[in-house]
Amino acid sequence: MSETLIVPAALEENWSPGDGPVINDLTIHVATVNGSGSQSSNSVLMRSIFQMGVPVSGKNMFPSNIAGLPTWFTIRANKDGWIARKKEVDILVCMNAQTVKEDVEALTAGSICIYDAPLNCRVMRSDLLFYEVPFAKLAMELTTDPRLRKLLANMLYVGIVAELIGIDRQEIVTALNKQFKGKKKAVDLNVQAIDKGMEHTRTALEGQQRFRIERMHKTEGKIIIDGNAAAAIGSVFGGVQVVTWYPITPSSSLVESMIDYLKEYRVDENGKATFAVVQAEDELAAVGMVLGAGWAGARSMTSTSGPGISLMAEFVGLGYFAEIPGVIWDIQRVGPSTGLPTRTSQGDVLEVFTLSHGDTQHIVLIPSSVSECFDFAIEALDLAEMFQTPVFVLSDLDLGMNNWMSDPFKYPEKEFRRGKIMTAEKLTELGGKWGRYLDVDGDGIPYRTVPGTAHLDAAYFTRGSGHDAYARYSERPEDYKATVDRLARKNETARKFVPKPAIERVEGARIGLVAYGTTDFALQESRHQLKKEKNIDTSYLRLRALPFTSELKAFVAEHEHVYVVEQNRDGQMGDLIRLEVGSDQSKIRKILHYSGLPCDARFITNAVLTMEEVASSPSGPGKSPAPEVSSSRVPMQGPPPLGFKGDGQD
Amino acid sequence: MADSTIKSTTEVPKENRLGLKALDYGGGKSTLCAGCGHDAVTNQIIRAFYEMSVKAENVAKFSGIGCSSKTPAYFLSRSHGFNSVHGRMPSVATGAILANHKLIGIGISGDGDTASIGLGQFMHMVRRNIPIIYIIENNGVYGLTKGQFSATADEGSKLKSGVVNDLPPMDLCALAVELGCGFVARGFAGDPKQMVNILKASIAHSGTAVIDVISPCVTFNNHEGSTKGYTYSKEHQELLHQIGFVPSYEQIEVDYEPGTVREVTMHDGSTVLLRKLEEDYDPTNTIQAISRLHEATQAGQMLTGLIFLTPEKKSFTELLNVVDQPLYSLTADVTKPSREALDAIMQELM
Repeated sequence: MSETLIVPAALEENWSPGDGPVINDLTIHVATVNGSGSQSSNSVLMRSIFQMGVPVSGKNMFPSNIAGLPTWFTIRANKDGWIARKKEVDILVCMNAQTVKEDVEALTAGSICIYDAPLNCRVMRSDLLFYEVPFAKLAMELTTDPRLRKLLANMLYVGIVAELIGIDRQEIVTALNKQFKGKKKAVDLNVQAIDKGMEHTRTALEGQQRFRIERMHKTEGKIIIDGNAAAAIGSVFGGVQVVTWYPITPSSSLVESMIDYLKEYRVDENGKATFAVVQAEDELAAVGMVLGAGWAGARSMTSTSGPGISLMAEFVGLGYFAEIPGVIWDIQRVGPSTGLPTRTSQGDVLEVFTLSHGDTQHIVLIPSSVSECFDFAIEALDLAEMFQTPVFVLSDLDLGMNNWMSDPFKYPEKEFRRGKIMTAEKLTELGGKWGRYLDVDGDGIPYRTVPGTAHLDAAYFTRGSGHDAYARYSERPEDYKATVDRLARKNETARKFVPKPAIERVEGARIGLVAYGTTDFALQESRHQLKKEKNIDTSYLRLRALPFTSELKAFVAEHEHVYVVEQNRDGQMGDLIRLEVGSDQSKIRKILHYSGLPCDARFITNAVLTMEEVASSPSGPGKSPAPEVSSSRVPMQGPPPLGFKGDGQD
Repeated sequence: MADSTIKSTTEVPKENRLGLKALDYGGGKSTLCAGCGHDAVTNQIIRAFYEMSVKAENVAKFSGIGCSSKTPAYFLSRSHGFNSVHGRMPSVATGAILANHKLIGIGISGDGDTASIGLGQFMHMVRRNIPIIYIIENNGVYGLTKGQFSATADEGSKLKSGVVNDLPPMDLCALAVELGCGFVARGFAGDPKQMVNILKASIAHSGTAVIDVISPCVTFNNHEGSTKGYTYSKEHQELLHQIGFVPSYEQIEVDYEPGTVREVTMHDGSTVLLRKLEEDYDPTNTIQAISRLHEATQAGQMLTGLIFLTPEKKSFTELLNVVDQPLYSLTADVTKPSREALDAIMQELM
């Protein structure tokens, strides 16, 4: 069973043992079959690196399938905290015959390839470091149960990788306990598999000195959580009262995990629920229930993804026009249509911003981290009630379903803001004189009563048809105009209340970068690359909401070029920014990543360099105007503004 | 034909128990066609709520889109109303009732709104047993879009233009029974006495009460060849029984021979009286209810009465086991978990 260490030519060129190992900077890519239980193994591997104190992220790339189709899991560990997706793989664990060819071919020279013996990867390339492992045989030695054998084979590779790169056994045992919630039988069995894998590595495989994980202390006090669970916890602490949903990937886990937290933390001393959750018959009903509940005064929400948003369009227009609060989470996946249900995208920006027919414009919050998922869950419930309108929260599959490191969430100190409610007492003070849609305060936000208010003048009639300031049916032109103009005023007010963008200004930077949501991770790393590799300074504005706040215009005005980086084909946010900045719109350039996989830093860096002509000018950024199109990979996005589209490499 | 109701010996007072007059239960002026069946239903709703002494401020009115869906503006102006979107009123009502389960919900829909675009939501509302009185003002046509057939139009029924409907009708009562609805009735806008008793019983019911009312459209479906016009309906109305209603605060003061009347006690303590006109019709027997409805259809009869009644079924809000105080009114001291709770969750995630 002995494995000889082969150092391929290419590897020797790039790296020699004298260089010493790369410490705490590696990407592990596991190729398995959906439904084989590899999820647990990958979580354990990721968590054990986290427990070694090394910043880490894990991304699950899975098919829309229950069992049998290929699935990949990528773990990136990085001592400097760069945990965006990285395309280059350092260690491949090859377990799937269906994808073995493309998986091995995609590796860069010098990478490590651990493979299941029958796949015989060794013959495919000569420039990789191969480790052949007889998984089936090793699993057989662990158990006679064929079903368990399959699961344990996956745990074996955790032991092998751990031993190869130096993860402490104790950290794996701790991670296993966490994963299996201390279930002794499961933990013991899996520990056996881990030990078997480690032992096999020590006795039958040659060690490697290329990549090492060493203990550091950058994850102390941090948590690991996915964005959907973070949103769920935020909603629970935000006092959500009515929750509705219809199952859809990648949103389902948001309400599913919320149900667990609600049962734990929102049941009173008599065992009664302080919430209601309904699994609706479809997304139309889900949003209808949210609006019904919002109308009756509850803090209500639903969660869905693109196809569900499309179905909700009519109701959302009603919510906007009749002024009813409600929160709608959109965990974006790739569209149009069914699209790629298990891949990530930022393609719903325009759809949610103006959802429904007629003139509509909605408040949209855009979290880019799990802690913002938590914060914005509460913020959205507040804003919906303050503005009496549907509020969207635009997350995505990458944020929602993948595990992220974070500082622990801060307890929400702010009081709930329930908006302008007209109570029976206030009505008495006013002598019962009030108008449901009267703009008393000049901010476009009227007062509302809730059904059941004990006052003879509390009632009004809500309708999606034309109405006047007193909620009476009206088709009069002046009434209609007054209503929609006031709604526009309300939208203007919203600009002052939505979360402001996060801005990092660098003195003297000519280039401004704009991104939002999960593009943030790659963008931050790209800024680092631009500075380190080309000494290019960039300022960065991260949008956190729509409508735009005043900071955006100022930021664009301050920079020569502003690159809007986003994960959709058309540069939807870029278009909205162009509309917003008016005469500065020629400064806006688009960098677009839309393969369904998360954006990576190198992609952004290359795009910026290409459009800045740095590639051809080693002395640094040129003074000449940026090229309109500099390569075939840079198609024009309408004349004259520039665009960089791509990632055909995925 | 026999009288559809059991006469009560109790006189209706000029003021109800809240000291209110029938006028206090009125609404805006109807904009429907003169003689519209829907207006007759509206009048009986006003009467039922008045006679039952319901506090209008605690009622929430819902509707979808269509002629029928306009009517909540014509009654109970002291109640909040919500004219929502076509066919999707059940979800709006569901949300509102979850937010405040003390509301008395009444939804007005039509045959287009319920049997076509809204069939899914109607069925799921019934399946969940949302506490609401759900009235379908059924005239077999789309009135507001000027007279197209709906899915409840009878086979062979004729439009004014002479077009004949060749698709079978949906029987919303049979459907509701099939879905486990605890209160299923069919009324006729031309029989106000029966209607008001059905309505009163529905107010006393704690789950979904489905009331299918044949409510003729005088403009588009009241001609010769129509099977949902006044004349045709009057001629074909078939009474399942005579209905009486005795509220919880009154004594039963009706004289009847033993064995001829079935008494059903409602959730709030009131009593529904059903006097046999047919042998052994049991309104708690699903199979009998469905087969009787089918027999009526085959015989060309318009069967009216309280077709199915099982008041003890748990409503959705009861199933969800929510606190007694309406959810919407809970404040942060109840709905915002403690600092320690968040700490515990964070610890778990470390």
